[in-house]
Amino acid sequence: MHPIVGKSQLSPNVTRLIVEAPRIAQIREPGQFVIVRAAEGAERIPLTIADADPERGTITLIVQAIGKTTEDLVALEVGGVIRDIAGPLGKSTELLESGHAVCVGGGVGTAVILPIAQGLQRAGVRVTSVIGGRSREWVILEDELGEAGEVVVCTDDGSYGRPGFVTQALADVIASEKVDAIYAVGPVPMMRAVAEMTRPAGIHTVVSLNPIMVDGTGMCGGCRVSVGGETRYACVDGPEFDGHAVDFALLGDRLGIYRDFEQAALERRHCALAAQLAAAR
Amino acid sequence: MNEPARQQPAPDPRPIEERLDHPVGERAPITPRERMTILRQLMPEQDPDDRATNFAEVNLGFTEKLAVIEAERCLQCKNPVCITGCPVRVNIPQFIDLLARGDMRGAADSLLDDNALPCVTGRVCPQESQCEAVCLRGKKGDPVAIGYLERFVADWANRHRDGATVAPASSGKSVAVIGSGPAGLTAAGELAKHGHAVTVFEAFHAAGGVLIYGIPEFRLPKDIVHDEIERLEALGVRIEPNAIIGNTYTLDELREQFDAVFIAVGAGLPVFMDVPGENLKGVYSANEYLTRVNLMGAYRPDSDTPVLHGQRVAVVGGGNVAMDAVRTARRLGAEEAIIVYRRGEQELPARREEVHHAQQEGIRFELQVAPVEVVGENGWVTGLRCVRMELGEPDESGRRRPVPVPGSEFVIDCDMVVVAIGTRSNPVLTTSAAGLNLNQWGYIEVDGAGMTSIPGVFAGGDIVRGAATVILAMGDGKNAAAAIDAYLAGALPAS
Repeated sequence: MHPIVGKSQLSPNVTRLIVEAPRIAQIREPGQFVIVRAAEGAERIPLTIADADPERGTITLIVQAIGKTTEDLVALEVGGVIRDIAGPLGKSTELLESGHAVCVGGGVGTAVILPIAQGLQRAGVRVTSVIGGRSREWVILEDELGEAGEVVVCTDDGSYGRPGFVTQALADVIASEKVDAIYAVGPVPMMRAVAEMTRPAGIHTVVSLNPIMVDGTGMCGGCRVSVGGETRYACVDGPEFDGHAVDFALLGDRLGIYRDFEQAALERRHCALAAQLAAAR
Repeated sequence: MNEPARQQPAPDPRPIEERLDHPVGERAPITPRERMTILRQLMPEQDPDDRATNFAEVNLGFTEKLAVIEAERCLQCKNPVCITGCPVRVNIPQFIDLLARGDMRGAADSLLDDNALPCVTGRVCPQESQCEAVCLRGKKGDPVAIGYLERFVADWANRHRDGATVAPASSGKSVAVIGSGPAGLTAAGELAKHGHAVTVFEAFHAAGGVLIYGIPEFRLPKDIVHDEIERLEALGVRIEPNAIIGNTYTLDELREQFDAVFIAVGAGLPVFMDVPGENLKGVYSANEYLTRVNLMGAYRPDSDTPVLHGQRVAVVGGGNVAMDAVRTARRLGAEEAIIVYRRGEQELPARREEVHHAQQEGIRFELQVAPVEVVGENGWVTGLRCVRMELGEPDESGRRRPVPVPGSEFVIDCDMVVVAIGTRSNPVLTTSAAGLNLNQWGYIEVDGAGMTSIPGVFAGGDIVRGAATVILAMGDGKNAAAAIDAYLAGALPAS
């Protein structure tokens, strides 16, 4: 049982939960994730460990509510509990040891780059973060990333920071200064676009993949991705891979395996909530 | 011993079945000649048409009457070869004799003393290749239904728990068991009986290993596994879920915190076919498919965890896992569920009862057939391209090696493929532990006592022997517990 000790809303559908998990808080490293099962009967889902406080024994989980399971999770309040948290899982990020790194975060992927940016800064690497969202209210973790270095914010509608996509801002950074490595996490099309942009210049580009998982320990093979033509398991071989070798089309395709099911589960949840509300009135 | 009672001639003209209806003491004894005329009792089972649409247990279990009749078939051999046929050396004639006499408590105590998980083994052991294979009654006719009797006695014991389990006096020693499958649970139970403080570390959120995530409800109801685990907990065994050794804790840390360690993590990595199209949507490893359905409960319509409901499902493989997967697909509504296996029916490694049950449930068998490609459209599986096989020269396993028939390719139309061709060792623990010797396949090397290259660290089950059966893993757990007990007493030198 993992009590929730903090909760805040980062964007219209992204929530930050601070949860007790002393062992994981002590030993986790940037890039690692946990498998969370919110309650008895709930689905197991992978979530990046966005931050940790070893003294308080807490970890930070940043959850985008996009389905039944994630909506249930963000409905939990301080004082509530998450039933199961397993981890830390996956390989830790191979951090640059010196030089200049650009961390690119799209949407909730920004939560995954935060611990990477923090780790790079601790290692003495200069960090530029490029983050984006549809509009101002969708931009998350700007202040936290600001503590690790310079931050460039983009919004699709130009309501905040520079107008346009993160890829355009990244292109400007690459054009104007030397970049030794890029860490890019976000929606599949974004990661693919970043990888295509950095490929000609041969800039080492790391992406963190988020395929469907069950156990997170290599036993189910559901999270298989194709990297350099070879099948790899994101849970134990990743979640981070060389962005220039990842088959993003396959990743995007496999993420849609349960789309119909997810839609139905979400509708069931909303119907149940509506019925509860009606009964309460 | 009340042997004389059995040797007296019985001039009772009524049929044996009727006489056995009466309590022991009120009935005339059975003559040896009569004993030989009793036929093997049949296991009552759910109707095949009904059960192909539900997840309730297929075998319903013997009634007490059936059990007593079957028990009377046992010859009580002076040299009970059945015991040597059992990997955990259950004293089979003893519990059967007590059962025949109507001493249920005695039979239960005898069985539980030898076997930590009899409700499980009574259901999933391949008895036909172990105890029942050597039963003397099988030389002429059918062997005693030892598995069915074990299940009956174990289920009786479960229903009649006195609740007053006394945790044994503490030995002052502690043991870490890694993995809560059959090997780990058996070792934990044995070690707890000796008073050692046992902590079992489990990667999943629930204990039981393959008994929980792998074997389906219709073959091994999960309530039974929970009951067995509760009994271990009553003995003082502590279970820590969500603990992945190699990630959450290291083997070195456990070695420092405990007096001994038993590694029983199984062979948890799925093997795929390595053919084109295997990453199409609709291709599952058996591990993933069964875990979604069993551990995560995806067979229930309101489950939070999704699973695909294929209409035409091809399951590649011929073992128990393949049978479990194909029968699960059938229960989830597959109009056609097909086993695709590269050898013949005689070579199917599954328990005979599982093959029989599958046939009864309308499973189609494509035998001497090997997949060469998963065919798809828009990213989804639409078929399995296969080639027919003929049996050539015997291979290293002694079985005739299947070789492809040129020009015999054909496509099995299907919308889902489950790959159940085996598992291999998972490197998460083994590669994170310095000094742990592995063989060329990544399995842990142990000495005759089950100790690894690290003193005080033992290993058993599939992570040592490669993918095998529940009962062999339990045998390893039992042997390792005895070796650990000796090691903790200083009777086993650190190798």
